[in-house]
Amino acid sequence: MTRGTLIRANLKRRLRRTVLTVLGLGVALFLFVTLKTFLHTLTTLGDVGSETRLIISNKLGIVFDLPLAYRARLSTMQGVDKVSYATWFGATYQEPGSGFFANFAIDPDTYFALYPEIVLTPEEKQAFMADRTGAIVGVRLMERFGWKLGQTVPLRGTIYPGEHRFTIRGVYHAGKKGFDQTSMMFHHRYVEELVRASGGGSTAGWYILNLTDPQTAPGIASAIDGLYENSSSPTRSQTEKAFNLNFVGLYGNIGFFLNAIGMAVVFAILLVAANTMAMSARERFGEIAILKTLGFTDAAVLRLVVAEAVVICGLGLVVGLGGALIAFNVVQFDMGGFIPGLSVTPGIALVAIAIALVIATISSLVPAWQSARLQVVEALRFVA
Amino acid sequence: MSLVNVRGVSKVFHRDAMEISVLDGLNLTIDKGEFVALMGPSGSGKSTLLNLLAGLDRPTSGGIDIEGNDITKLKPTALASWRARHVGFIFQLYNLIPVLTALQNVELPLLLTPLKKKERREHAETALRLVGLSERMHHFPRQLSGGQEQRVGIARAIVTDPTLILADEPTGDLDARSAEEILQLLSRLNTEFHKTIIMVTHDPHAAERAGRTVHLEKGTLLNTEEMNAVNAGAGR
Repeated sequence: MTRGTLIRANLKRRLRRTVLTVLGLGVALFLFVTLKTFLHTLTTLGDVGSETRLIISNKLGIVFDLPLAYRARLSTMQGVDKVSYATWFGATYQEPGSGFFANFAIDPDTYFALYPEIVLTPEEKQAFMADRTGAIVGVRLMERFGWKLGQTVPLRGTIYPGEHRFTIRGVYHAGKKGFDQTSMMFHHRYVEELVRASGGGSTAGWYILNLTDPQTAPGIASAIDGLYENSSSPTRSQTEKAFNLNFVGLYGNIGFFLNAIGMAVVFAILLVAANTMAMSARERFGEIAILKTLGFTDAAVLRLVVAEAVVICGLGLVVGLGGALIAFNVVQFDMGGFIPGLSVTPGIALVAIAIALVIATISSLVPAWQSARLQVVEALRFVA
Repeated sequence: MSLVNVRGVSKVFHRDAMEISVLDGLNLTIDKGEFVALMGPSGSGKSTLLNLLAGLDRPTSGGIDIEGNDITKLKPTALASWRARHVGFIFQLYNLIPVLTALQNVELPLLLTPLKKKERREHAETALRLVGLSERMHHFPRQLSGGQEQRVGIARAIVTDPTLILADEPTGDLDARSAEEILQLLSRLNTEFHKTIIMVTHDPHAAERAGRTVHLEKGTLLNTEEMNAVNAGAGR
């Protein structure tokens, strides 16, 4: 028998209430950690982008194409080292929605030179280059669907209707921390043939330019945009970092609301925890009086009540933070490919621990104080 | 040798605007090893006196010396520590912690001592054996009869080997047979282990077990002539 035995026995007294409170705390902390992780991942997306790569897309939006003819003009611009292009394919694997992941066509002859972050073995690269319907797939996407090298994967087209079969010729890894490993890429020729077969012209979804000097990026960007300002396909040029941050910007206001919702959830659960602790202590004022009769000091009683709250919040933390760590850092859940690379950082984990401690302290403050100040004679009369 | 010396103790309770005097300049001396029964009608101040002797409440005026220390002068924390070392309290309604077993209930006061875990357990087992409950150590209070619960209460009161055992109507909630067992146990603690016991009771039969009976009425002790009159009245 120790003080721990007493705390455990008290927590088991109303087991259902304790379990529900722990689960409530757990869910609230899980939500909070998930929201923070989601926002953190979004804001760090921009950091992955390069300052030396310019992305040229249609001014009207990324869903509109640019003529493939722009390539020759862009290659001759001063300060531009390399040029490549890609097109969003938007097909899904199995069912639409659940099988969503990033898949796009690239020009392999030029794309790999611009993206040294894509790490492939020479054999895999060669196999991909040689196969018109070959594809390279990020290692995380391979794990997600349990695909094997050499497997033929049927995709259901959305922008380009019909079934499209690609054979996995390479599995790429990220050569830089945070670089996406959840995409599928295949030959741009494949898309061009599809467009031509339906009577369309040769287009690209966006161009990627490698600059010799990142300092020249603003000047080159405005020069390109000026060049095509009055064409049928005006451009919008920006560094890859700015391009990625555009996506983050879309979430900017949502981020504020998500943060607010997260804090509201935590505050609500703080009230629930405070009510539980108050009820638990109030029910036991008689027993607390008995402990005092036995010689427990006010401080000892206060410590017992606070310890119970700490245990409850600690268990809630294990459920919430532990669940988030398992979901994002172990199982690597990525919201169906919506946000790849979700990972609970040590900073977010520390914030969750701090919140659990604050909830434990605040929720136990009043009942602990009441218990400590309890007049034994009055409380014993209440018991009798 | 005097163990307890109550000197001119008064206790006044305040209820709204009313002042209720429960004890009025009470003097009482109890020797070490005595078994004293405290009797009197409801509201006479018996339980209040017991609470004051246990350091659970403070007198409005006067002093209480126990082993020469005036406990009314102790600060709350010191008083709680003193109580843990010197007082064993037996309640009328047992007041065991329902979520702890008999053994754990008896071990509870030992958490406040420097004893190690194993020693605490040994002490608690000894106390439970002494009250004849070695077979029920791991039972929860709800699994025990009233008499057995009270015996656990007594084991809890004696486990720290206190200077003073204070019992507030320990047989008040028991049937005649269980009450008799409890009274025998208290007598044994007094005669065999020389424990000083102060017992509040309404029951003259229970009071007969004590070596001395003190009568309280309207907050004062009755003198010998008044007690004789009370006894004569009870005899008619």
